[in-house]
Amino acid sequence: MIRTPISRRAALMGMGAVGLSFTLPKGGFAASGKVNFYNWDTYIGETTLEDFTAATGIEVQMDLFADNDELFAKLRGGNPGYDLIVPTNDYVEQMILAGMLTELDHSKIPNIANIGEGFLNPAFDPGRKFSLPYMWGSIGIGYRKSAVSSVPDSWAHLYTSDEYAGRIAMLSDGPNVFRMALKLMGKSLNDWTPENIKAAEEMVIAQKSRITAFAPDNGQDLLLAGEVDLAMEWNGDILQVMGEDDDLGFVIPKEGGLLWEDTLCVPVGAPNPEGAHALINYLLDAEAGKEIAEFIYYATPNAAAKALTAEEYRTNPAIFPPEEAVAKSETAVYPGQEAVQMIDEAWTRVKAAG
Amino acid sequence: MESWRRSLPAFAAFAGPTTLWLLVFFLIPLGIIWMYSFGENVSLTEIETTWTFENYRRIFEPEIATLFWRTVKLAAITTFFCLVIGYPVALVIATAEQKWKPWLLLLIMLPFWTNLLIRTYAMLNILGTQGRVNGLLEWGWQFLDGGAALVGLDGLFGERFVPVRFLGTELGVVIGLVYVHLPFAILPLYSAMERLDRSYLEASMDLGGGQIRTFFLILVPLTSAGLVTAAIITFIPALGSFLTPDLLGRGQVDMIANVIERQFKKANDWPFGSALSLFLLYVTFIILAIRAIVDMQNAKGRRA
Repeated sequence: MIRTPISRRAALMGMGAVGLSFTLPKGGFAASGKVNFYNWDTYIGETTLEDFTAATGIEVQMDLFADNDELFAKLRGGNPGYDLIVPTNDYVEQMILAGMLTELDHSKIPNIANIGEGFLNPAFDPGRKFSLPYMWGSIGIGYRKSAVSSVPDSWAHLYTSDEYAGRIAMLSDGPNVFRMALKLMGKSLNDWTPENIKAAEEMVIAQKSRITAFAPDNGQDLLLAGEVDLAMEWNGDILQVMGEDDDLGFVIPKEGGLLWEDTLCVPVGAPNPEGAHALINYLLDAEAGKEIAEFIYYATPNAAAKALTAEEYRTNPAIFPPEEAVAKSETAVYPGQEAVQMIDEAWTRVKAAG
Repeated sequence: MESWRRSLPAFAAFAGPTTLWLLVFFLIPLGIIWMYSFGENVSLTEIETTWTFENYRRIFEPEIATLFWRTVKLAAITTFFCLVIGYPVALVIATAEQKWKPWLLLLIMLPFWTNLLIRTYAMLNILGTQGRVNGLLEWGWQFLDGGAALVGLDGLFGERFVPVRFLGTELGVVIGLVYVHLPFAILPLYSAMERLDRSYLEASMDLGGGQIRTFFLILVPLTSAGLVTAAIITFIPALGSFLTPDLLGRGQVDMIANVIERQFKKANDWPFGSALSLFLLYVTFIILAIRAIVDMQNAKGRRA
């Protein structure tokens, strides 16, 4: 029996929403013998860190962040003492550009051999110089089976149709809301021309009155509570509530969705890079990787670990989506600061619209 | 008082820690934000202060101006309801028997013992479409519907109960803001009424003023200083509300603080975020300055 996970993105929702944070590193960091791990909430196996300490004698101090923006903001003014961080692909790109990540020494991480072939040379980090894959997933539509006329397999149900007016939740994250609008228009979700941003903005403004909530990563709770019947969400979040309610489903629309990958990186200024490498190697171990994957219920890029997992995990279509859906989906590329600002201004106009 | 001025070391010993505290934790950080607000992003992580006014100009873009207007409007409505609700409550406490007063004041301050975040989550539970308020409304609807059916008017109140949407609407956000700020309004009103010489009220009643005229012509003008304080102490924090619109507004009723937060996180545009924050601060200063000027003129008027 695999435990139903509490989603990491949801668990810190409250904290993230207020920008409060209890993640400041405590006290001074010891120079050796201890790794400061800055991770998402509920994003590690039940005993993984203890097992690592038992195996290597290296202690791990884990602090938690709620989203990539918090992670970036915290490291922006200089590394406060973290050795290992877990940014998502487009933020890896952004951090490489900002010179915030150190190159990994692959010779110290033999377990790279366990990683699935498709994950070894991503566009955001060619040759995996700075990052190694930890977990991956998608954005799609979570829905209540008994409340929909058919499987909502198109973004049109959320973005243009009035069939589900007043029963829709979208992410509160502007860039991702616009990305799915671009997919619906048949464009690449990385195609941030001013015209495309304008078209996406107009699409969302026209639909705004039919949207119940721009949910700060709690769309799955609204879905579970019956406040909405369709929610644009991270697959892991929907999986969490699917375990509590059989009437809920998850689909990646036919236009395709977004694929993300969380990675293990060592930030510049890490006091204990040796320890960080040891921990990365341990997390990529087949047995440890299996423990983590079966506990947190996200898709593992670790082929050796996946082979060890239970059948119900390996064959769950909400964790590992069908191949044709993956083929149509894309990974976000860092849009560049100028586009980031244009996207934010468009998002502010969505927020200001009456 | 005079002895303070004569003994400089004693003065320094008492004022020093406070001054240092203000300097290190308030003035210097604020100065940095002030510098940022005239700056430009030169890279992902660096800001150069170029003394540009661009960040301030952007405040007047229509979408930001719209959000500022919404912020001022919601804060003003909140202040109005806090005064209207808070005034009678303060009056009841001020006129209560002496032994009850501490307990009544305690009731007003009790919510402060719970974290704002927790209280706001509780509001989510109360105001949701399946929340307590809608539960109560549904119960009332069933009662009316049953009554209508008895006299052969089935469906007079609709086929089925339609829950009221509070969350994600301005109404819901205002309810949340009034709830949060009400104690701030009650306390200065109470203290103004406490200081009031009751004989004015008795005189008015004796001279045939009546309850209503005494209230509006004597009590309200005599407690106007408390009303102004209560209004300011409610309006200013309401302007900067972040959590309430964020959670109760469900992303549909953003106020200016929500835009500021995004500049420091998702948009990674600290200069613009700094300019927005400081603009809010300037608005606050202007309100306080107007108040000081009005006070001075009132004082002059009394002396004349």
